[in-house]
Amino acid sequence: MSTESSYYVPEQSKLPIITATGMGLMAYGAASWVVGNGNIVFTAGLVIMALVMFKWWSIVIDENMRGLANDQLKQSYVLGMLWFIFSEVMFFAAFFGALFYLRVIVNSWLGGDAAIGIFDDTPTDAAVANNALLWPGYEADWPPMVTPDQAANGANATFTGPDEAMSFPGWSKLLSWLPLWNTVILVTSSITVHIAHTGLKNNNRKQFIGWLGLSVLLGIIFLVLQVEEYVHAYQHMGLTLESGIYGTTFFMLTGFHGAHVTLGTIMLLIALIRAIKGHFSNEDQFGFEAASWYWHFVDVVWILLFFVVYVFD
Amino acid sequence: MAHGPATLADGWRAYISRWVFTTNHKDIGTLYLWFSFSMFLLGGAFAMVIRAELFQPGMQLIRPEFFNQMTTMHGLVMVFGAIMPAFVGLANWMIPLMIGAPDMALPRMNNLSFWILPFAFAILTSTLFMEGGGPNFGWTFYAPLSTTYAPESVNFFIFAIHIMGASSIMGSINIIATVMNMRAPGMTYMKMPLFVWTWVITAFLLVAVMPVLAGAVTMMLMDINFGTSFFDAAGGGDPVLFQHVFWFFGHPEVYIIILPAFGVVSQIIPTFSRKPLFGYSSMVYATAAIAFLSFIVWAHHMFTVGMPIAGELYFMYATMLIAVPTGVKVFNWITTMYKGSLTFETPMLFSIAFVILFTFGGFTGLMLSIAAADMQYHDTYFVVAHFHYVMVAGAVFSGTAAIYYWLPKWCGKMYNETMGQVQFWVAFIGFNIAFMPQHFLGLAGMPRRYADYGLQFADWNMVSSIGAFIYGGAQLMLLYNVIMTIRNGKPTTEEKTWEGAEGLEWTVPSPAPYHTFATPPELK
Repeated sequence: MSTESSYYVPEQSKLPIITATGMGLMAYGAASWVVGNGNIVFTAGLVIMALVMFKWWSIVIDENMRGLANDQLKQSYVLGMLWFIFSEVMFFAAFFGALFYLRVIVNSWLGGDAAIGIFDDTPTDAAVANNALLWPGYEADWPPMVTPDQAANGANATFTGPDEAMSFPGWSKLLSWLPLWNTVILVTSSITVHIAHTGLKNNNRKQFIGWLGLSVLLGIIFLVLQVEEYVHAYQHMGLTLESGIYGTTFFMLTGFHGAHVTLGTIMLLIALIRAIKGHFSNEDQFGFEAASWYWHFVDVVWILLFFVVYVFD
Repeated sequence: MAHGPATLADGWRAYISRWVFTTNHKDIGTLYLWFSFSMFLLGGAFAMVIRAELFQPGMQLIRPEFFNQMTTMHGLVMVFGAIMPAFVGLANWMIPLMIGAPDMALPRMNNLSFWILPFAFAILTSTLFMEGGGPNFGWTFYAPLSTTYAPESVNFFIFAIHIMGASSIMGSINIIATVMNMRAPGMTYMKMPLFVWTWVITAFLLVAVMPVLAGAVTMMLMDINFGTSFFDAAGGGDPVLFQHVFWFFGHPEVYIIILPAFGVVSQIIPTFSRKPLFGYSSMVYATAAIAFLSFIVWAHHMFTVGMPIAGELYFMYATMLIAVPTGVKVFNWITTMYKGSLTFETPMLFSIAFVILFTFGGFTGLMLSIAAADMQYHDTYFVVAHFHYVMVAGAVFSGTAAIYYWLPKWCGKMYNETMGQVQFWVAFIGFNIAFMPQHFLGLAGMPRRYADYGLQFADWNMVSSIGAFIYGGAQLMLLYNVIMTIRNGKPTTEEKTWEGAEGLEWTVPSPAPYHTFATPPELK
């Protein structure tokens, strides 16, 4: 067994193989599920994953409490978390990049007015032909309320655009605009997490636990409002995942963000439960810090989303 | 941990649990290497099916639908199952030894990264037995072939890619954390062996682009099953978007494959030249420059897609820029050998062949980068020949060199030098017979990914198939050599197997003890 000063290399562990089995079952099960063979395998994988994740983190926390983790190991955890967040940044970059390409480049090609260059807005022959031959009648516009399919094929179209978009509703309706409130809530929650962090650093546990609890609450409120917005979109705006490229990009971007907020809220909740149990000190707080970094990250993604998806429509 | 690792003598139960539950970087490295070799044989078997069918014009052995599945699965298995895990295996074995660390930074996650792979490839391979067949849209899985017109098994392919990606990301984070955090005192960044340098840069590329691949397959999944229109112009999307997202992943991916190969060769050539590597720091900067450029050249795979001329020009010039840092590397390898006291053991033979053939593949890459010329070369066998020169003579040759080079350190036995050299010559000759004619076929206009071809292509196809069978045989010889070394090889206990070898891995006994550097070594 390692001493405190040397790097802790754990003994053999059953955790990884069980996790890999859970992941394998989830992957196979998810594919079976979408091709219509039921979700039993997927659910089994999910349950295994949930249990083994709980166990794995319990063991890591326990090792930390027993003082097995020296500063160098803690630094490995810090690096692991930061690079994990970087990989998440790149995941969102793929979807933001897709949105940019679809809005700026694809849309003008479909509408037939893709130009030669920045200083010459004459549409290229190819773009004109693309529009005239394939999608006659489609005019490039964002948000696209009519799909190219609809413009060309009318009532026979497979893809139909939304009735309404999530755009900025005008200054008069500003205060009843849900995305604005969601922005306020998420930015506030980032601040409250920071206040909680400051409390922990100053050994003020009351401040730490109180403000952390408030952050979790704000995260939950954000998610409830987001569900509310989706229900409204589906029921009253004719805006669904299938509403052409607008519905596609809107729900995929906000949906993945929502999934990450859910994960972040769970991380903060676990940190809160641990805080109430007396974990963390002003010197040993990685579990909480990792959750807070993740939380700031989802906050930044939301601010980008707010401007790109909602405001500058 | 006082006791050593379980062997077969401890009973099969203990032996299996040693490998399944292990947290030891050497065990996990071994697992990766054996897994990747078995995938190499599987992907190789697919290649043999392809070359057997193409031996003569006309359809002889398989149906065209199955041929498409073979080309697709050959590519996927070789890229994700054989080459990438092979280098991760080398990283696991060698990086802690090279930087004087007791193990990888996160040992349990290390084991998880490995054990995801058998599940992922079981799922991927199982698609071949599904109704409608396995993936048949090429390893680049362009939409709408992989969405609208794909067999149902594409969903299994998508989720297999997802968990493979998770494995790669975790493995890479582990490597980055190990290199940044676990170096022995005195091992500054600019003292790290080049293999470590190339791997940490590769790991950065992996963390950056694997999530983009996850994004691409997620968009496919949504388009296929949930009515979105990312890649469907009818809804306002664009199939070309798929190619952009895919190649934003795909181009860095080819450097993910080749950079660790550069690292291996940069270790071996100085050893057998008995001279330090020429231009160490320029090697580091060149690697970083190649990694940076890999992010801004992706659309050179898409010259015929109908990009605006400004785009074609930009991607053409940016691509040509890569020749500069790559040229620096080739120059340095050659200059390392210049006036060196050269000997030509098997690892050195493979490394020299690497330098020659990789440079050749680099030149055909330069030809392909010329947008106007690419209109002719695009999707022909010229492209197939080009990337096999860099992937096989590049990555696989250097991987083979690494096996011969470090095998004595891993198992404490010396391979049979004659057998090694015979294997090298069979591989070298077979490889060139297989792939050199494909340049001619491509320039003559033979398209890739077709099960049949016109009569004018018959002769060179037959030559190519014969070469492919010889090259396939060379891999069985490699397997034979490795097994014979482990079982009957001449024991060696020397710390320094090779006279000219430098570095911390040559300061530990052979075979390397199960645990090394529990207390970090001091570097002068």
